[in-house]
Amino acid sequence: MQAHTPNSQTSQASLGQRLANLTPQMVLAPTIFLAFAYVVGFSIWTIWISLSTSTLLPDPTYQGFEEYAKLWGSKRWTVAYQNLFVFGALYVVGSLAAGTVLAVLIDQRVKFEAVWRTIYLYPLAISFIVTGTVWRWIFHPNTGVERALHDMGWLAAKFDWITDRDLALYVVVITGMWHASGFAMALILAGLRSVDGDLVKAAQIDGASMPRIYRKVVLPTIWPIFIAVTVVLLQFAIKTYDLVVALTQGGPGVATTVPAIVVYDLMFQRGQIAQGAAAAVMILVALAFVLVPYALWSAWQSRKEGARHG
Amino acid sequence: MADTSTHEQFDPLATGGMRRRITSKGIVYGALSVFALIYIAPLLIILLNTLRPLEDIVRTGFIALPDAETMTLRYWGEAWGSFCIGGTCEGVSRFYKNSLLMTIPATILSTMIGLLNGYILSKWRFRYDGLIFGLITLGVFMPQQMTLLPWAFVLGKLGLSNTIAGLVFVHTVQGISFTTLFCRNYFVSIPDDLIKAARIDGAGFWRIFRRIILPLSPPIVIVTVIWQFTGIWNEFLFGTVFTSGGNQPITSAIVAFSGSGTGERHYNIEAAAVIMAALPPLFIYIAGGKYFVRGLTQGAVK
Amino acid sequence: MSSLTIKDLRKSYGEVEVLTDINLEADSGEFIALVGPSGCGKSTLLSIIAGLESVTSGEVKIEDRLVNNDAPKDRDIAMVFQSYALYPTMTVRENMTFGMECRNIPKAEQKDTVARVADLLQIGPLLDRKPSQLSGGQRQRVAMGRALVRDPKLFLFDEPLSNLDAKLRIEMRSEIKKLHNRVGKTTVYVTHDQVEAMTLASRIAVMFKGVLQQYDTPKEIYERPRNKFVAGFMGSPTMNFLNAKVVQSDAGFGVTIDGGDGTILPLPADHTANLAAGQSVIFGVRPEHFNPVHAHRGDTSARMKVLVDMVEPTGAETILMTTVAGQDVVASVEPDDAPKEGETIELAINMSKVCLFDPSTELRLSA
Repeated sequence: MQAHTPNSQTSQASLGQRLANLTPQMVLAPTIFLAFAYVVGFSIWTIWISLSTSTLLPDPTYQGFEEYAKLWGSKRWTVAYQNLFVFGALYVVGSLAAGTVLAVLIDQRVKFEAVWRTIYLYPLAISFIVTGTVWRWIFHPNTGVERALHDMGWLAAKFDWITDRDLALYVVVITGMWHASGFAMALILAGLRSVDGDLVKAAQIDGASMPRIYRKVVLPTIWPIFIAVTVVLLQFAIKTYDLVVALTQGGPGVATTVPAIVVYDLMFQRGQIAQGAAAAVMILVALAFVLVPYALWSAWQSRKEGARHG
Repeated sequence: MADTSTHEQFDPLATGGMRRRITSKGIVYGALSVFALIYIAPLLIILLNTLRPLEDIVRTGFIALPDAETMTLRYWGEAWGSFCIGGTCEGVSRFYKNSLLMTIPATILSTMIGLLNGYILSKWRFRYDGLIFGLITLGVFMPQQMTLLPWAFVLGKLGLSNTIAGLVFVHTVQGISFTTLFCRNYFVSIPDDLIKAARIDGAGFWRIFRRIILPLSPPIVIVTVIWQFTGIWNEFLFGTVFTSGGNQPITSAIVAFSGSGTGERHYNIEAAAVIMAALPPLFIYIAGGKYFVRGLTQGAVK
Repeated sequence: MSSLTIKDLRKSYGEVEVLTDINLEADSGEFIALVGPSGCGKSTLLSIIAGLESVTSGEVKIEDRLVNNDAPKDRDIAMVFQSYALYPTMTVRENMTFGMECRNIPKAEQKDTVARVADLLQIGPLLDRKPSQLSGGQRQRVAMGRALVRDPKLFLFDEPLSNLDAKLRIEMRSEIKKLHNRVGKTTVYVTHDQVEAMTLASRIAVMFKGVLQQYDTPKEIYERPRNKFVAGFMGSPTMNFLNAKVVQSDAGFGVTIDGGDGTILPLPADHTANLAAGQSVIFGVRPEHFNPVHAHRGDTSARMKVLVDMVEPTGAETILMTTVAGQDVVASVEPDDAPKEGETIELAINMSKVCLFDPSTELRLSA
């Protein structure tokens, strides 16, 4: 039960009492204003610009969905969108897989658990810019792995994915996984720890092997965590920008260009803010495709849960 | 399936389990170590290169140990104070200061507002409170790209274009969504009876906040501060779009001087700058430990 | 003088009415128990008295002052919560002085009051501890101490004993009773435990589905329940309800159990007002108002043959689970009188204590 402010009864309450009852709303008011401006106002604004003839500066002349058509007609954008799909899929699946393996390993009652966890998770504390810069040096043939192999005498060694149009995107995937798999590990580990220990004991008594217990009993019971992690990672993927800027700057050519990079270029390099806004709206749409079903599903789950307990 | 072989390795109930348990432990620690190396190596390599002379790096690339004879901390000093970036030779110290001036006030402001909002939204009921909370929470998911043009306009109107104050404002507004969400979800677990008891004791809105809620808040304050500090420090797009030249935060400055491929590269100095940029969040991460993880779980699952 | 008056009180959340037409008053110094199953509205009613919930319509008066729109702090009340609601970051002493601090009472007076109350509750040694360092019983005491320092017009208790284990619960129950006798403040006490209500209260308000079913002394509630719900809720094991018919013979009114062997159970003359022969009734007998005929205790003129299905000794008494004509009957008998399982025995009924209820309205019939 909640602490209700007696604000439905105002007939006889004194002015001071009524003002005191309104304190929470008054304190919250600036935030409500800012949140409304930020979420609703800014969205409408950007959508409106995307429908206008704006170029270098905002221009209120309405021209409909022309910029959207131009955007989808441009090679750069379609490549960026395809890249997003490839990158997103591999990045999410890869991070989840690596995170699961790490979480299961740590769950084996290992010594110095906190140390292992700290090591796997630290990339998340580091910015995408630092991550991207560091890995660019390591992947680049002149400074990184290929160079080291040459120096070790293996002159035929070749590791130039980062400068290869067909392979550069996988460099982004690997770097992204390095950054995010610790995050998946942390959440999955928290999930593993929440599994009822009696369940594992029961499975052991049934004679199941540890790998089988994990695969058939433990991991299936924490599937909601996998969904949550997937949603968060998909969100990261859709918003990916700085990582690619620091790592490949979208290149070589447009090989690693992602939608967020296109937005920046259109808005601030090419002076086509209407089309840039259209691209931004498309990012919002992609996010909505991920988040709206998840929100509905969560609401449905909690209602089901509530019905079971209520 | 492969189960039959692993069965014998892992099953603690199997006969002769002791020896097998030791080998399986070996496999576990081996795997953990290999992964640990993958995670540590990149940063360690860059760290070692901050000690190496440029000729060394140019000759062998990044993946090599520093030579004890030529090892020096000089490049840290140069990166900090005298390296030339875009015509001025002040190193990264200036951008570092910008980042601190941006991150600290924005962290404090957004945390304080988040605490108040969370308290109101969890402990005081009024019409449409759920709707308001939903609206604030939506801010967490807003892609930055949707806000770039409106922010540019608002900052221009406020006279805050290309200022640190402008970035503080932007990050505070954006951060309120996160901090409110964190704090509200935390405060929900404080029993409502405490608030009722305090109201009967005669405490009002502010006194309850000060005497009951705030003393219970350290865990969530730590989570929020860690989250906000690392998030704002590491942010790149806003810093790049809304500031330029000497007013940029460190994250944007790093890209500005190490991203461009022209001229002679000072890898060692750049490496030192990159490590410096990573240090404050890393320090907070190590010091914050479990609170960082708690923030993650809360931020992600809720 | 009436210390608390509730008049025509209604409370609804949107469409849902959770309290309907509550009328209640408590004299000064009275101990009122609000009792009922969970969800009956008793806690909401307490919250309304405290001012933590608003009133939809009706009046709440404390010492004849209308307090409908007063904030909790202005009502001169103190409350003990089920969870105790001790401020976890404050010491016991700070927990007790917080209310006085909010009221700007001078430090010296705060100190005296705490000393007095700590003495009364024997919590002096705990004053500098934090709530997390206290046992359940100690927390309970501190929660009462916090209420006592207020010296309020009205004490409110919200199921204060339900978080304690059985033994401690009984201890604290008598402690609360002693305390009330000593302090003499009007008290409203919410509980779902009818034993607590019976032992503590001077008057009991039985609530069900947001409606006040009966408001009376424990004795009246127990012996003359207004309806079947009250009769069933108060008392453990619960009252037996048998479908029966009223019959009239030369000896006066009696009842026969539906489907039984037709034995007439004669009703005392003062139980027969408003009855008509042939009328269907619900025949209510409390378990302790049965006695095996073979034990020869008291009047055995009204008898009923039952089949003993199960015998449950509890120590002080033995519970018999029996059936008569397909209807379950629970009897509580002296351990020495207990039959064996599977036996058919005759139970004598103390007919002066039985209740008859109307099957459709469930109201008690006889006066």
